[in-house]
Amino acid sequence: MSMKDKCAIVGVGLTPYGKRGEFFEIPQSDQIRGALNIALEESGLELQDVDGFCSYSVDSNDPGMLAPSLGIPNVNFSNMVFGGGGGGTCGAVANAAAAIHAGLAEVVMVFKIITQPAHARFGASYGSKQIAANPYSDFHRPFGLVSPVQFMAMLFQRHMHRFGTKPEHLAEVAVATRTHASRNPKALKRERLTIEDHQQSRLIADPFRLFDCCQENDGGGVILVTSAERARDLEQKPVYIMAGAQGGSSQWGHGLTMQNQPDDVYASAGHKHLAERLYRMAGVGPDDVDVALFYDHFSGLVILQIEDYGFCKQGEGGPFVEDGGLLWKGGRMPVNTHGGNLSEVYLLGLTHIAEAVRQLRGESSSQVDGAEIALVTAGPSNLPTSSLLLRR
Amino acid sequence: MALLEGLASIHPDIHTREYWEYCGKKELRFQKCGGCGAFRFPPLTGCRECGSTDVSWVAVAGRGRVFSYTVVHHPAIPEVREHVPYPVVVVEFDDAPGVRLISNVLDISYDEVEIGMELDLVWDEPSPGVVLPRFKKV
Ligand SMILES: [Zn+2]
Repeated sequence: MSMKDKCAIVGVGLTPYGKRGEFFEIPQSDQIRGALNIALEESGLELQDVDGFCSYSVDSNDPGMLAPSLGIPNVNFSNMVFGGGGGGTCGAVANAAAAIHAGLAEVVMVFKIITQPAHARFGASYGSKQIAANPYSDFHRPFGLVSPVQFMAMLFQRHMHRFGTKPEHLAEVAVATRTHASRNPKALKRERLTIEDHQQSRLIADPFRLFDCCQENDGGGVILVTSAERARDLEQKPVYIMAGAQGGSSQWGHGLTMQNQPDDVYASAGHKHLAERLYRMAGVGPDDVDVALFYDHFSGLVILQIEDYGFCKQGEGGPFVEDGGLLWKGGRMPVNTHGGNLSEVYLLGLTHIAEAVRQLRGESSSQVDGAEIALVTAGPSNLPTSSLLLRR
Repeated sequence: MALLEGLASIHPDIHTREYWEYCGKKELRFQKCGGCGAFRFPPLTGCRECGSTDVSWVAVAGRGRVFSYTVVHHPAIPEVREHVPYPVVVVEFDDAPGVRLISNVLDISYDEVEIGMELDLVWDEPSPGVVLPRFKKV
C-alpha cells in the first residue's frame, strides 16, 4: 500500500530568522505557536484540526506539554525520527504522511525550533563535555576531531584524491547558492560572492573554507500535512508527497564519526541507498526532478549528494557544478534556489522543504519555470538521514 | 606541551574496554569476525557483514597508510586553541583490511600530510594512563 501522492503539504509557517542565540530566551512553545498560526492561516485549517506531532533531532517539546500549551484538543499520533542535527527533517514529514495514510491521524504538524545558548553551538558539538562522556567519541575526540565540518572535510578530501575534484568546485556551490540568496529578500547573507572571495577565505578544516560552512541560526517552523483528499478543499495548491525515504545503508552506519565506510561509500554523502529507494517508491528518476534542495551544512556535501541522487556519476560532481551548474537559470540543475543553509538561513532543513513548496506553488524568488517535481534532502550525517520527493 | 593534551581522556565502557586495555599494554588489536573473517572498528558486538557475534582480537604490526585527512585550522573548542593548525588522519592497515583508525601524525609539519603516506605506529601517552595509538611518517 504505497503512500505515493496520498498526502500533501498544505501549510508552512516559519519563525523569523534569528542570529544564533537571539531567540534563546523565547520559549520554544511560543515560537512553535507563532509558526503554527502562520501555517494554519495560509492553509485554511483550524487549530482543532491538528491531531498529530512529528519532530526530529532529539526534540525536547514533548506532546504532553505541547498539546495543552497550544490548545490542541486531542493527539492521535506522535513520533520522532532518531538522530541529531538535520538528518530527520524529511523523515519527519514522511512519518506524518505514513501516519495519515494509515489512518492514525488526520492533520499532522511537523515542527522543529532551534535555539542555541552561546556555549553550546552545533559547530562544536562533538567536542562538548556531554558528548565526550560517550565511549565512542574516544575514537575521535582525543585526536582533535570535534566538529562536523572536520569529519565531512575528510570525506571530501578523499573525493578530491580519487576523482580530481577541486577546491574551485566548492566555490561554485557557495557562489551559486549566494546568487540565489541575493534574490531572496528574506535571506540573511545577500552580498554577492565570487570564486576569488571564496578561495581567499580562511581555512576551517582543509579543504573546507569559511564560505563552505553554513550559518548557525535560531528559529524554526511548522509544516502541516494532511490527506490528499482533504488537501484539495484547502486554501493552497497541494504539494503532494510522492515518496519519503528514511534510514541509510549499514555500510554507512556511523560512518561520519567512525570514518569506516567502504571506499566508494566513504567518498559520498551516504545517501545512495535513500536515493534508490526514493526513486523506486515515487516511480521517477533524476531526469524527472525539476529543482533540488540539498541540505547544505557544507558546500562539498552538495556535490556528493548530486552524485548520490544520480544527477551524474560518482566522481563527476565537480564538473557538474562548474560554470554556474547549479544556478536557477542556465545551469545543469537548479539547486538551493532559496540560498540554502549556506546563505539564506540555517533552520535544520525546514527551509529546504519550505522552498520546495514555494517552487511547486510557483512562488519562489528564483522560480524554476514549470517546476513539477522537487527533491529535498535532509542532512548527511550518521544513519538515519532522509529525503523526500514532492510534486505539485 | 603534549599534542592535544586538553582532550586526552578516555571513557571506556563494556563495549570498548578491551580495546583500551590492549592499548594500555601497547598492543593495537582489532576485532576480527569469527563468522566471516571481516575486521571491524570501533568495537561492536556484531559483524556488519554477516551478523556473527563470534569475535577474536587480532594484533596488527603497526604499519599503516593515510586513507584521508584534514588539517584543522579553526579551533572549534577552547581545548585546541593552542594546537591549530593540526592534521588529523584516517589510517588503514594492510593486515587489518576494513579498519579505519582516526589518529594524528607526530613530528610533522601540518602541510606535509598527504593521502597514501606510509606511517608507523607509535604509542603516545599525552596524559597519565591515556595511551593513544599515534603515528610517525616512515
Ligand atoms: Zn562477519
